[in-house]
Amino acid sequence: MMQEVATRSGAAAAPDAAPDAALDAAAEAAPVLLVAGLTVSVRTEAGLKPLVENLSFTLRRGETLAIAGESGSGKSMTSLAIMGLLPPPAVRVTAGSIRLGQTDLTAAPEAQMRHVRGDRIAMIFQEPMTSLNPVLTIGTQLAEAIRAHEPLPRAEARRRALAALTAVRLSQPERRMHQYPHELSGGMRQRVMIAMALALRPEVLIADEPTTALDVTVQREVLDLLRDLQRDLGTAIILITHDMGVVAEMADRVIVMKSGRMVEQAPVRQLFHAPTEPYTRDLLAAVPRMGARAAAAAPAPLPAAEPVARLSDVVVRFPVRGGLLGRTTLNVHAVEHVSFDIARGETFALVGESGCGKSTIARAIVGLVPHQGQITVGDHVLSAHGRDAPKALRRKVQMVFQDPMAALDPRMRVGDLIAEPLLIHGIGTAADRRAEAADLLRRVGLSPDQIDRYPHEFSGGQRQRICIARALALKPDLIIADESVSALDVSVQARVLALLQELQQEMGVAYLFISHDMAVVDSISDRVAVMYLGQIVEMGSRAQVFGDPRHPYTQRLIEAVPVPDPAHQRRPSVRMTGDLPNPVHPVGSGPERVILRDVGAGHLVAI
Amino acid sequence: MVYVLRRLIQSALILLGVSFITFVLLYVLPADPVRQIAGRAATAETVENIRQQLGLDQPLLVQYGRYLAALAQGDLGRSYLQKTEVTELILSRLPATLQLMAAGIVAELILGLSMGIAAALMRGRLGDQLLMMASFVTVSAPQFVVSLLLLYVFAVKLGWFPIGGYGTAAHLVLPAITLGILGSGWYSRMMRSSMTEVLRADYIRTARAKGLSRARVVFGHALPNAILPVIAMIGIDIGIFMGGIVVVESVFGWPGIGQLAWQAIQRVDIPIIMGVTLVSALAIVIGNLLADLVAPLIDPRIRLR
Repeated sequence: MMQEVATRSGAAAAPDAAPDAALDAAAEAAPVLLVAGLTVSVRTEAGLKPLVENLSFTLRRGETLAIAGESGSGKSMTSLAIMGLLPPPAVRVTAGSIRLGQTDLTAAPEAQMRHVRGDRIAMIFQEPMTSLNPVLTIGTQLAEAIRAHEPLPRAEARRRALAALTAVRLSQPERRMHQYPHELSGGMRQRVMIAMALALRPEVLIADEPTTALDVTVQREVLDLLRDLQRDLGTAIILITHDMGVVAEMADRVIVMKSGRMVEQAPVRQLFHAPTEPYTRDLLAAVPRMGARAAAAAPAPLPAAEPVARLSDVVVRFPVRGGLLGRTTLNVHAVEHVSFDIARGETFALVGESGCGKSTIARAIVGLVPHQGQITVGDHVLSAHGRDAPKALRRKVQMVFQDPMAALDPRMRVGDLIAEPLLIHGIGTAADRRAEAADLLRRVGLSPDQIDRYPHEFSGGQRQRICIARALALKPDLIIADESVSALDVSVQARVLALLQELQQEMGVAYLFISHDMAVVDSISDRVAVMYLGQIVEMGSRAQVFGDPRHPYTQRLIEAVPVPDPAHQRRPSVRMTGDLPNPVHPVGSGPERVILRDVGAGHLVAI
Repeated sequence: MVYVLRRLIQSALILLGVSFITFVLLYVLPADPVRQIAGRAATAETVENIRQQLGLDQPLLVQYGRYLAALAQGDLGRSYLQKTEVTELILSRLPATLQLMAAGIVAELILGLSMGIAAALMRGRLGDQLLMMASFVTVSAPQFVVSLLLLYVFAVKLGWFPIGGYGTAAHLVLPAITLGILGSGWYSRMMRSSMTEVLRADYIRTARAKGLSRARVVFGHALPNAILPVIAMIGIDIGIFMGGIVVVESVFGWPGIGQLAWQAIQRVDIPIIMGVTLVSALAIVIGNLLADLVAPLIDPRIRLR
């Protein structure tokens, strides 16, 4: 770290004086990008408010610098400042410099920045689903990026574009050139973004949460790809991420940021093994790790009592209509022959990648989608049409969703939000309900004084607590938590997970915990079912599934999770470029049904 | 295409509904067409005769059934007063109206879209506020006022365009602009909000991160996305347009079906009113169908089914 500071101040002292020849000679060691004292501020009614304050770092050729931090830490603002893409006019650089070679990007006029962007500094973004223009073909979008910087004829640019698509190992690149973004999966789109960013061999690539929106196996492929390309091209990468696992795997050096300020800067091993700042230590401690609970692997005692919910042979299909008369021509096989029990007071987890049917199961249990087969909640059998579930049944099952902002009506006070289930079910008087809401607020770790506030006055984690309080209001037997902690920062996530466990011990509620995050599932669940294309391929106690995964898909999922430890040696795995098979089948045919076999002590594996 | 076929069947049903509602409304109307035909001096006997001749003494459903039977053969009936076939009357005037309509839509789109795009790019600044004020004025100004104002300034005072009539391109300019001005206010507001939203999209940030020029970002990336809701609007808008056409054709002496309708309404000439209403409804239905068919050409995500 000291060395960093020295380099920076030295370069800052005489930046313009450095002759070109000397630069060439020192190209290998010389910083590609030099950020000094960068301050980015937003203009508010109360004056300038800094979003990034006095940030300094250097980036060398071929190195990967991770900027890690939780939401609001200013990491994305830093990247937008480097690109000159801060949202005008409110947000701008108010101090410091960003030097790319001889140019100070903070002072460069827009016309000059346009030549830097895409050509010398490229960027890939978090949301591959929305980062490509939906009305232009992949080929057009790639070729125009090339032609923006090199005066090439259209055909030549398209040839280069095709080469770039081939380089990111996209299957059938010729066909992709003519396809539109919506015809590609998220992982494929992110490959296109990478192809676009690297087509012109920029000196710096800024990757802003490049894999956050992707499934874990796809994330693995994209990370591998980025690393390979970096090795081939020598691009310097600024990797912006909240995921310490990704940091450990990719970074050479790490900057930890909090509230716009740099907390710590260190080489990756040093940061993980000997963090100096308390904030870094807390951040690392909050990261869920797979296998952390393995030592305490006493299998959860399975109560023999009546399960709170039982699914037997549940099938959910969504018809796709077509033709002149709108007849069903295809079926989306969302859930296929799924059976499991959830015991009172246990946490049953469903894991799998997007589109595997885990959320559809949740919706079937609360009667929001029609199903075949039998779903029993308590002693009620759910009607199959997915409507008119009796109120009594709804009292027993409540849900907590992924996005706490979208799940709370912004015009209602939190007291009313929490008391609303009681109101709907006609429980108690207005005063009783208010008292109950206050009590619930206290139980989820908020202050009863906040009962008359509105949702927007709370942070994301607090809002999720409000959602949990609302779910608890009816004293349900089962709470379905559908990706309930996925949108939260790790430190907040850890606290919400702890809260869920506390409440379980206090109230004996069972959870159906749905998540794509293997580490989180490992840290909270008693039993786990792994889903793939609508079917359960492996099910058993947490220790069985995570400790002794038998199904190849489970193994691949676990293998793919980035481990927050730079010393971790990953077993070399086969690089995959294929896509998930499609769950859509013509009427009358369907996917092959997997058979689960008991490999011992209730550990079920598909054969 | 299965889709077009299904839409055409739907359209036929819509037209049937329109014809029935219009028919009933005209039936219950207190104005008596027979009195109009017979004139004030006619005896009660003459009136009854005419009524019988026209079949207006029959019950509503019988009258409607007869009308439909004729309609199925493409016969819209005979005008009570002009004693000519309604089909002929409408066909002779349709080209003029279609011409005016096309010119009006073009004027409306040029004015509206350019104002909307400009406002979105200047969002929050003075130019934006001025443009939105202008759009507010154009939306609120009644068409007969706008048309008279344009006539006074450009035809009477400046003498750039003829005062009224039909024939040359010069005749077309003022009526088309009058028609266009009303819609341009709507379109500019719609385009502004649509464009503002699109400019915030992730793919616009990507386009800028590629180092594209501003013009390429706005016209190559933002416009095709922002224009989609506007296209859907054009289909619906034809209905409002027909209302405007009645006014504008009367003011400018444009010999189209709007003028025909206006005269027919004054004289309770039911077959013409029915005919014009059906043709207008047909225009709206076709306009919507065209808008829906164009949308997937711009946005590949839209699948027709």
